[in-house]
Amino acid sequence: MNTLTLWFHKMGSPPTFYRVASRIEPWLFATALLSAAVGLYLGLFRAPADYLQGESARILYIHVPCAWMSLFVYAFMALNGAIAIVWRIKLSEQLVVAAAPIGAAFTAITLVTGALWGKPTWGTYWVWDARLTSELVLLFLYFGVIGLERAIEDRRKAARAASLLAIVGVVNLPIIHFSVKWWNTLHQGESIKLIGKSTVDPSMLWPILIMAVATKLYFGGALLARTRIAVLAQESGKEWVRELVLGKERNS
Amino acid sequence: MSGGGAGAAFFALLRRDLLVMWRRRADALNPVLFALMVATLFPLAMGPEAEKLSRIAGGAAWVVVLLASLLSLDLLFRPDAEDGTLEQLIASRQPLALMAAAKILAHWLGTGLPLLLVGPLIAKLLGLDDRAIPTLAAALALGTPLLSALGASCAALTVGMRRSGILLALLVLPLVVPVLIFGAGAVEAALTGGTARPALLFLGAGLMLAVPLAPLTCAAALRLNAA
Amino acid sequence: MVENSDAPPLLEARGLSFARNDEPIFGPVDLAVRAGEALVVEGDNGAGKTTLVRILAGLVEPTAGTLLWQGAPLDRDMRDAKGMALLGHHLGLKPELTPRENLAFRAALDGVRRGMTTEMALRSVGLEGYEDSAVRTLSAGQRKRTALAALLLSGASLWLLDEPYANLDRPGHVLVDRMLETHCQRGGSAILTSHGLSMPALARVGRLQLRVTPP
Repeated sequence: MNTLTLWFHKMGSPPTFYRVASRIEPWLFATALLSAAVGLYLGLFRAPADYLQGESARILYIHVPCAWMSLFVYAFMALNGAIAIVWRIKLSEQLVVAAAPIGAAFTAITLVTGALWGKPTWGTYWVWDARLTSELVLLFLYFGVIGLERAIEDRRKAARAASLLAIVGVVNLPIIHFSVKWWNTLHQGESIKLIGKSTVDPSMLWPILIMAVATKLYFGGALLARTRIAVLAQESGKEWVRELVLGKERNS
Repeated sequence: MSGGGAGAAFFALLRRDLLVMWRRRADALNPVLFALMVATLFPLAMGPEAEKLSRIAGGAAWVVVLLASLLSLDLLFRPDAEDGTLEQLIASRQPLALMAAAKILAHWLGTGLPLLLVGPLIAKLLGLDDRAIPTLAAALALGTPLLSALGASCAALTVGMRRSGILLALLVLPLVVPVLIFGAGAVEAALTGGTARPALLFLGAGLMLAVPLAPLTCAAALRLNAA
Repeated sequence: MVENSDAPPLLEARGLSFARNDEPIFGPVDLAVRAGEALVVEGDNGAGKTTLVRILAGLVEPTAGTLLWQGAPLDRDMRDAKGMALLGHHLGLKPELTPRENLAFRAALDGVRRGMTTEMALRSVGLEGYEDSAVRTLSAGQRKRTALAALLLSGASLWLLDEPYANLDRPGHVLVDRMLETHCQRGGSAILTSHGLSMPALARVGRLQLRVTPP
């Protein structure tokens, strides 16, 4: 076994994972909150208003990082799904299951902020724009993974089925994206771009990058929290959980 | 011991599934009847004006075929899981992906092929221009096996559940978006005087990709669900 | 039959255990069957007999433990020369097809024992006259006999039988015993489950007791 799988096996041991995760988790949330505060302050108060779209363009400081995350989380899920299927590593299965609702939330935020931005810009909440449409399909893909996982009784089997579906989804994702873009050009010519090819002013770029870091840190924290709770629920009969709970009661 | 080669097993399974379908031929007609009935909903919902209907005919035919093929997916692996023949397939020494391929092919012959024949008829009923009918048939010829292949992967994932109905649809529909887009796009191109070639080529490429990948996914999902 | 105790067992399991949702179902269990032996797995409902058989058949992955086939590790994904036949709760017959058609398919899937034919197999389980009636029109006992005929037809050296006596009348019990005896005399072996009421009347029978794990 190479060092990577060894590391996975060590981290896959529930007590170790629980201990490490509960130590890192508050730091991730704290730094996420801090960077989000900085990013939002720069974006909402310091960056200049877009000279074409005005103040409404500021919603992009949330919309764009969330859109990046919606794809990032799916890729993360599929990568862990592949690890879970090929090397049968339990921790990876649990990461897939834990990541799906977070990714779905990022995708939903992307769609909602996109619609809110669309109202003043395009005069309507929804247009069948290529990006919005493929983002909607992505949301359905997330729902599929979540639905499949919930529908299977055996937790282990459910997680492995979700992993497999995430892999199938990631193979299809570029094809779906491409087909939707093709469909869009077929029906309405070149689609309206969210961000034009024009150079982005550094004062607008920095808040977006900081927000991208903030969303990733939040994802890390939320992922660890969800996985940690899943591990705790699954191991509820075990000795170390009993010790953990009893120890906490004694201390309080 | 004799017999039991992988090729022989492939054809034996294909033959068995077709024979079972033949014995239940009344059921096998259901997707086609469903497609025809849904097709009649369009004029009822949108009004009988020929002009309006003919504009949506190609897309409507695609949606109808897609829904009908979706409806039949639950029968792909579930009966085998319930009577224990799936267990025998998994426990046998034959490559499971090849067995899954035989089952997908049988499913396409049983439901995809009839839909491929009835699809142009539906489009004609809705008033699709004659120019576009051959393109629609070609697109369906490439698209229906693709629907079977993509659907089979999802059907295999849900075979362990007691009932999968609506969840199966939820899993399949986002995955078949490209099939619908290129399928309907080909018809649209033929109607507007453009070339349908790119769309048909994309469908063909998708099929080439699905032919090896879908049976492998099915095999992994079936193994998973046997546990 | 010449006994050769030096040869590795046909199938051996070491430290086999299984847990579902991290609840232990059974194990760890060690077992071995040699050529010519039958092993009865006993236990009450919920003791994990069916799961054990499904693990041995390669349908379910054990939580821990190893499986050896003639002394070599049995890889889940490489079961070319496996030579196992399974008779589970679900008989693996298509109800729409006749016993003859069902057996023909199984022959293509698993191969045929030399010198055996579909006709002979169906005759030995007492299904003459039913060869061409759809399985769905047969009684539960007749269906079970059809599945037993599939075992006779297959060239497998190890039979994995989950509750082979269920749904069978007294002549059916005798039939299963006779099949097991002939199979073992030929150097084949079998692992069967039983909840203790019916036991095979065989000379060389090993026993394995599975106990219900308290939650």
